[in-house]
Amino acid sequence: MGAFDYAPAPESRSIVDIAPSYGLFIAGEMVDPVDGAPFKTVNPATEEVLSEVAAAGPADVDRAVAAARSAYDTSWAAMPGRDRAKFLYRLARLVQERSRELAVLESIDNGKPIRESRDVDLPLVAAHLFHYAGWADKLGHAGLGPDPRPLGVAAQVIPWNFPLLMLAWKIAPALATGNTVVLKPAETTPLTALAFADICRQADLPPGVVNIVTGAGDTGRALVEHAGVDKVAFTGSTEVGRQIARSVAGTRKRVTLELGGKAANIVFDDAPLDQAVEGIVNGIFFNQGHVCCAGSRLLVQESVADDLLERLKRRLATLRLGDPLDKNTDIGAINSPEQLARIRELSAVGEQEGAERWSPACDLPDRGFWFPPTVFTGVTQAHRIAREEIFGPVLSVLTFRTPAEALEKANNTPYGLSAGVWTEKGSRILWMAQRLRAGVVWANTFNRFDPASPFGGYKESGYGREGGRHGLEAYLHA
Amino acid sequence: MTTTAEPLADVAASGATLRRFLHGLPGVDQVGAEARAAGLATRSIKTTAKAFALDLAVRMVDLTTLEGQDTPGKVRALSAKGRQPDPTDPSCPPVAAICVYGDLVPVAVEALRGSGVHTAAVATAFPSGRAPLDVKLADVRASVDAGADEIDMVIDRGAFLAGRYLDVHDEIVATRAACGDAHLKVILETGELATYDNVRRASWLAMLAGADFIKTSTGKVSPAATLPVTLVMLEAVRDFRAATGRQVGVKAAGGIRNAKDAVRYLVVVNETCGDDWLSPDWFRFGASSLLNDLLMQRQKLATGRYAGPDYFTVD
Repeated sequence: MGAFDYAPAPESRSIVDIAPSYGLFIAGEMVDPVDGAPFKTVNPATEEVLSEVAAAGPADVDRAVAAARSAYDTSWAAMPGRDRAKFLYRLARLVQERSRELAVLESIDNGKPIRESRDVDLPLVAAHLFHYAGWADKLGHAGLGPDPRPLGVAAQVIPWNFPLLMLAWKIAPALATGNTVVLKPAETTPLTALAFADICRQADLPPGVVNIVTGAGDTGRALVEHAGVDKVAFTGSTEVGRQIARSVAGTRKRVTLELGGKAANIVFDDAPLDQAVEGIVNGIFFNQGHVCCAGSRLLVQESVADDLLERLKRRLATLRLGDPLDKNTDIGAINSPEQLARIRELSAVGEQEGAERWSPACDLPDRGFWFPPTVFTGVTQAHRIAREEIFGPVLSVLTFRTPAEALEKANNTPYGLSAGVWTEKGSRILWMAQRLRAGVVWANTFNRFDPASPFGGYKESGYGREGGRHGLEAYLHA
Repeated sequence: MTTTAEPLADVAASGATLRRFLHGLPGVDQVGAEARAAGLATRSIKTTAKAFALDLAVRMVDLTTLEGQDTPGKVRALSAKGRQPDPTDPSCPPVAAICVYGDLVPVAVEALRGSGVHTAAVATAFPSGRAPLDVKLADVRASVDAGADEIDMVIDRGAFLAGRYLDVHDEIVATRAACGDAHLKVILETGELATYDNVRRASWLAMLAGADFIKTSTGKVSPAATLPVTLVMLEAVRDFRAATGRQVGVKAAGGIRNAKDAVRYLVVVNETCGDDWLSPDWFRFGASSLLNDLLMQRQKLATGRYAGPDYFTVD
């Protein structure tokens, strides 16, 4: 560090109260599992065990689905939309009231910097709940017919990268449309979902409308394959998405999948370079790169590549890696040892394949799971690090000469979740946006989210849209 | 990139070459620049870092009075304050300079003699800059002759907005020559330039013409200094040094009234330009009421208690 060395500015963790063990949230109560074994959840920044959480077995999933069905039949589906809205508004306000607690808890369990959980995750969670609260009594105006009906019980399986935000993306539209849910958080990040269970009780949500079953892949499989489920919503890896698509094939279940990505962030020679650098940083180093729509491939026009990379490297040298609860931390911990191993493996492959690896000078803490921000230059389309999702703070840099070449390279991927275009020329933005096969195209920005804007993929990035009016369709019989 | 001014030597050869160069600079995306500044403003500066920043900010203040009602007595009082901002605490450093109108330069020079505090004079028909060039240059020479070692000039915003970049350039060059050994700060009056693209172009224009410092504002136009404008100017001085090897300073003036804001500016300096600009030689605050809040926060940090405003001198 230089002369102006920022002193530690830790957010206090005394605001969170983590119980030594948790049961399952079924029919409005925390209950002990019937056939589940406990597992531990750890703080990835310190490897400290935070709590013991129940892994729900098939009988537990059975109970949760039955509770959701009962709530659907007896209270929720028939409730007027304006009354469902009241509950959603209440949930949104409670999330806002408890946002500091939830942000700290998210950072402890996930490893993401408090700056992100405080300034990005929690405001978006509340915004999503508010947005869908507003839709609950206006479903007849969503373009899906005069009186669209809910589907029934939704099985929702969410990832560990944005635990509470993904919960909100799943639960808010489902509840607004009159469905009830059984949600399974990721096994490494169950704590904020369990805190949300408490918020459901605080809000007097009718028992069984929201059920939360913790566990790993087996629990998820039992839930998704349960015969009492009408709808499956999954966010996670393409590999698991495929298994889910296979398991529900031939059933009456409706499915939406939001899977992996390998997004291109395309910088033209007339781009606002300093802001493009910020967009690149935000695109791939935000949330340690644990973002399905991360801008993991930088496509830069060859004529400005040297200038841009020099600016990027200078900027990366100012990133602060360390304690996620420090308010000045930019890069937190990798969520799990498994994920760290995957990032290390693919980075090693990048070197073997001949790409040039670079990281800023960066001390990694002794304990916990850490990976420095990393840039690979000299990457080509044939490299594995240009094709496979790394899901970590690793950027692959490729160059192009013409807009057509940029477009071709950007689309030359099995994924299609997002893309970014950087140019001061408006007509080029529109030309690219019309041709990029990606669910979201950002222009002169990256990783910006809004509850009113639909989000989802093309190709192996999945199907269905979440957010906005489009997000209602996934939970309604049109 | 090279380390001499040579590659840019021909840029101001004609109005056409200068225009081509300035319009060839990378654009500034307004949303992105403002988001970056807002992001840096969330840095949490505590304890030792805060003590460092507060002391540095005091040392960077150009303590300013630019009123029609200014008198020798007022300037003497301000100079005494600048030499010793906190009479109860000898560890408190002096400010960088006292900034006054040209006619009061002799008073300030006399009051500051031997203190190391500089005397800065606003010149070139400050704040509007609307006077014939020979009048502006006479204004500069008078202040320099009276002992000012820093001159804060204003650019001709009318000429800039009309696209007469070479006129603006040549006027700065002439002012630079009239300054002799005095340091030249060039006020862009960013509140009148309106766009960040203009701020970036005006910054480069001033640096190409020989500015020692580029300064945001006169303080007479709203908005004065803002965090994103200062960010864009800091990017310009950083890139200018990379291109030419010559380092230029930045002065944020007007509207910075409390210590919290000042610390935010220092964070932006730190994370945009780094250590080399974290000194009164390379970054300044043009301010008046800021100083007392810096002193109050300084004392709070040292003692753990806030003293009332009556414990800080009003000048």
